[in-house]
Amino acid sequence: MTDLFSKFDPLIEQRETLLETGITDPFNLVMEEVESPTVAICNGRRTILLGTYNYMGMTFDPDVIAAGKRALDEFGSGTTGSRVLNGTYGGHKACEEALKDFYAMDHAMVFSTGYQANLGVISTVAGKDDYIILDIDSHASIYDGCALGNAQIVPFRHNDIEALEKRLKRIPAGAGKLVVLEGVYSMLGDIAPLKEMVAVSKANGAMVLVDEAHSMGFIGENGRGVAEAQGVIDDVDFIIGTFSKSVGTVGGFCVSNHPKFEILRLVCRPYVFTASLPPSVVATAATSIRKLMDSADKRAHLWENSKRLHAGLRQLGFTLGTEEPQSAIIAVIMPDLEKGAAMWEALLHEGLYVNLARPPATPAGMTLLRCSLCALHSEEQVGEILGMFAAAGRATGCIS
Amino acid sequence: MSERSQIIAKVLELIEPFNKKGIEVSEATRFAQDLEWDSLTVLDFVANIEDEFDVIITMNMQAEIETVGQLVDALEKLKA
Repeated sequence: MTDLFSKFDPLIEQRETLLETGITDPFNLVMEEVESPTVAICNGRRTILLGTYNYMGMTFDPDVIAAGKRALDEFGSGTTGSRVLNGTYGGHKACEEALKDFYAMDHAMVFSTGYQANLGVISTVAGKDDYIILDIDSHASIYDGCALGNAQIVPFRHNDIEALEKRLKRIPAGAGKLVVLEGVYSMLGDIAPLKEMVAVSKANGAMVLVDEAHSMGFIGENGRGVAEAQGVIDDVDFIIGTFSKSVGTVGGFCVSNHPKFEILRLVCRPYVFTASLPPSVVATAATSIRKLMDSADKRAHLWENSKRLHAGLRQLGFTLGTEEPQSAIIAVIMPDLEKGAAMWEALLHEGLYVNLARPPATPAGMTLLRCSLCALHSEEQVGEILGMFAAAGRATGCIS
Repeated sequence: MSERSQIIAKVLELIEPFNKKGIEVSEATRFAQDLEWDSLTVLDFVANIEDEFDVIITMNMQAEIETVGQLVDALEKLKA
């Protein structure tokens, strides 16, 4: 018998070699207690959280918690059904209404995760003879959406407007075209030149989908994302988002002004063939989304945090993913996986959690320590975080 | 030169800047195993090929192309 697991041997070996050095497994951390959006207990130690995507700190908001508890009492622990059968409750519709109000768009469709929202919309909207033109650094859920469908897939170099335009112009006349972009690219925390890219796409007759998972609630005057900040949201056909970042729970969605949008509810397999979100989850999401509409002060404080951390890390001598802070993600570039894992562990010992990101999730084979800030990180905490980076960086020889 | 040999000559020329190990390249050379290209190198090389021949080589097509000869076959078809 051929062992179907032998294809994983190189990865198993790499992992064993790393763990033999006695290092804490970076992919097996347990949060034993969670005190707040910014502090948890890990390995019995009080740890500042700097890698959660909990940008707006909504997970412990009293109104959000109360809405969730109420829904749990009134509607039970789960729907046990698909959105198109017995799984649409009042709460799901209320959540879609909140999204329509938040984005000022005509239609909203809630999926069980953000991953499924990309999987569903991309695989369904682009058919066999259509073309999907996407940034090479797109998230796994976008690639998996392409793989689930059967459209022709054309990648272009990251954030390269000219490369996108050239490919659009070469696509056979009359073919359907979907350009897939992200507002914030989560690995390096850089944003897309959406103003130019959306214009080029529209000029060449393509529909545009933008994944704003990492910008919702934070970027743009109303927190609608990079497309809003760059003034092109009205030209975007589909915005994909998630509840597992700024909204502070789990779930995904697509909003759109397309007049025929609602038909997707019947033809989109990752929407139809899975159970809907539990009532408590959609209740917390709807409450959180409505509160995010009036969070200008929190957005301003989050920008301050991002700028301060970026400047401080650079001053300490770390190499960062972007020249200037462009989002709430600051990526610290490590020379290799061994050094990255050592630095990650040293930070954990200092009492700081960040994400260790490595290939194939990262671009160009990079190892990254990815930091995502929260609007509820205090000025003092950002100071503490910089102190921990200084100590861990010197202990591991990452900085002098 | 026949059309095919012209295509081969051009493809070999475009491979050279990415032939870091300086191996002998023939129609049987495999991009992943022999040239040891990663996904970013493939993207850059494919972009150069697309610009040179004014074609699109989709990821669906790339999945079927393992060797230099198969790329030349694909280009012949696209230009036909």
